[in-house]
Order: sequence, then structure tokens, then C-alpha cells
Amino acid sequence: MYSQALDQHDRAAPDAEPEAALARFQARIDAEEKIEANDWMPAAYRRTLIRQISQHAHSEIVGMGPEGNWITRAPSLRRKVALLAKVQDECGHGLYLYAAAETLDVSRETLVDQLLTGRAKYSSIFNYPTLTWADIGAIGWLVDGAAIMNQIPLCRCSYGPYARAMIRICKEESFHQRQGFEIMLTLARGSEAQVAMAQDALDRWWWPVLMMFGPPDGESQHSDQSMAWKIKRFGNDGLRGKFLDATVPQARYLGLSIPDPALHFADGHWHHGPIDWAEFRRVLAGGGPCNAERLAARRLAHAEGAWVREAARAHAAKSADALAAKAA
Amino acid sequence: MAAEADSRLWEVFIRARNGLAHQHAGSVHAADAELALQAARDTYTRRGEGVSLWVVPSAAITASDPAEAGTLFEPGTTKPYRHPTFYAVPDEVGHM
Repeated sequence: MYSQALDQHDRAAPDAEPEAALARFQARIDAEEKIEANDWMPAAYRRTLIRQISQHAHSEIVGMGPEGNWITRAPSLRRKVALLAKVQDECGHGLYLYAAAETLDVSRETLVDQLLTGRAKYSSIFNYPTLTWADIGAIGWLVDGAAIMNQIPLCRCSYGPYARAMIRICKEESFHQRQGFEIMLTLARGSEAQVAMAQDALDRWWWPVLMMFGPPDGESQHSDQSMAWKIKRFGNDGLRGKFLDATVPQARYLGLSIPDPALHFADGHWHHGPIDWAEFRRVLAGGGPCNAERLAARRLAHAEGAWVREAARAHAAKSADALAAKAA
Repeated sequence: MAAEADSRLWEVFIRARNGLAHQHAGSVHAADAELALQAARDTYTRRGEGVSLWVVPSAAITASDPAEAGTLFEPGTTKPYRHPTFYAVPDEVGHM
């Protein structure tokens, strides 16, 4: 019914006067009105949102892999249940986001297919390996910390279903960063070997985490229009700066050193040294350490789940037949 | 002999303000979706209660059994580690 309503409203759109429609749409955005699934919207706004929301969903789903790697090897029951709960949350967040994308009249199957065939991207960060237990701490502290910086402004995104999904996600995610920091703090106050493991994790994750915010504002492909449409509220560099200001003191508290010789404090803010954007582009293009492994894991999971989907369809059809027979 | 039903039950959902999700408000009787929307407008939004209405045939709703609520939702109430306060972050570190 939802998608039928979308069709009707699309046909009713004043195609004869697109300029006027676009102006009205922009006026609604400027007045901080939320755009809802049944509302008229420019085709490019719809495409942008489908791309962004689905890639966000794919990131949550692919992101279960690196952490899932450590569930069976967590060092205590406390750590194990926390990690299980976190990975469950990520699965749930992926599902909220796929559902939000589907309000834009694209099917779940299409989106999943785009991921499995490599046409859709997901966050570059999940193409790095989780080599030690400390990586689970670093992911919670740094990766989730960076994700929260990115996601809080999305709670005010102009598209209602996405904004509401993000509110739910941010609320649930507040434990993710804290559990990561707790792991880091335990290691950082532990034996020499544990401290070394924590430092090694920070060394390997630091730069990929800074890259999560995306290229510098001048080079970001989709930024300007997304800002005008209030899909995006802040530039990449501004968010990266906020993350830096929050995180550098936390690293100092842990007694760990950030692997950036050019890191310095000036004008009330922390500033980082040059980022290796060639690495970022290489990882996005599929050349990261784990791209092939992550996609292979998704494809395998999808193939191995085929019988479940088939059985559910068969059961639904059988139930519908039984209901029809009863009604007849 | 029971009278033949000339209308059916619809569930009414109201979006109270721009940006909020629709929330269930109650039900109306109506012969079709269009009349249900009108009835919902007249019945539930006489004092500026909302900016958008949904009506859904009540028969389309599948509900959980309230008698089973204890076992159904138990997994969500016995896992304190799903909450941020379960994790110790020293005061000096500030808000996280």
C-alpha cells in the first residue's frame, strides 16, 4: 500500500512545471519541514537518499563481520555477551535502514543485490581486519565514536523515515562506544603485553577511522546538493574536527599515543597531519585488506539462506491456501 | 438473525507534528478507506491533534497475545549489558 501511494503521488507531480515544484520542495526543506514517503520529491533527492540509506544499511550488515570474528574468543562471559548484544544491534540497525530505504519505493531484494554484486558501497572501515582482541575495543571506542559523530546530525535529516530510524539507532548505540572504551581502559591499565596490544590496535585503526568522515569538503562528490537538501548537515572536515577534539583527550587518559607526529593543538582545537587519501580511494575501489573477504562472506550468507527464504514463501503460500479453503 | 455489517473497523494513526511517526489513536467504522479517513478526521482531529492520518483495516493487523507478553519480551528485560550505564567510564573522561 505504501508503494502504491508513492506511485500515485509521483504521477500527480506537476511535471509540466518542474521549476515551480522544485522551488516548492526547497521551500519546504528551508522551513525545516520533514519530507515523508508520500510527498512529492525530486527524482535526484530520492536517488540520493536511496544511495545513502542503503549504503548505511550495508555498512551495518557488513560491519557485523569484523566484530563477529571475536565473539567465540572474547576473554570473559561479560565481554562475550556485550559483543553479542552489539553485533545484534548492528543487524537491527541494518534492518531499520533497509526499511527506511524501502519507503522510497525500492525493494529490499534490489538493495541486497546491489551489495552482493559490488555495485553499492559500504563504509571503507569494515575492509580492515580485526587481528587481536584489542581491535574490538578500538572499534567500539573509535569506529563507533566516529559513527556517532556522523549519525547524530542525521537525526535531523530532512527525510522523516531516515531521521526517525537514526534517532532509534543513536539511542541504542550509546552503549557501543562505552563498551569499547571500557575494553581499551582495561587493556591500557593491564600488563605490558596488554598495553602493547591496545597501542597496536590504536596504531592500525587511527587513520582508517579519520578517513571514515570522507574526503575533504572541497573534494566530496555529493556534498553541496546534500547540504542544500539537508540530508547532510555538516561538512566532512567539521565532523572530523569534532571527533578529533573529543578523542585526543580520551587517548591521553588511556596513556596511549596517537600515531600522528603532526598532531597539534592550536586555536582551541586539535589538528591532524596529512591523511593518505590514496589509501582511502584504494579501499573504496575494492583494494583494501578485507574487501574480497567481506563480500565473499555476504554472498555465502545470502546463498546459504536461500532455503530459508524459499521455505518461508512456501509456508506463507500454504497458509494462504488454507485460509482461502476455510473461507470458501 | 444478525444484521449484515454495512461497515468495518479501521485503526486510526495520527502524525501529531511534522517529523514525528504516526501513532495509534483509536478506531472508526466505515464502509471504505475514503470514508474511514473522513470519519477519522471528524472523530480524532477536532482540536489540532495532527498533520497527517493513516487508516488501516483492523483485520490487517496481526497482534501478539498479551497473555504471552511475559515470555515474549523476557529477552529484552534481562540484559543490562544492552544499556550504556552497564559500562564504567571514569568521570575524568567526560561524556561518552
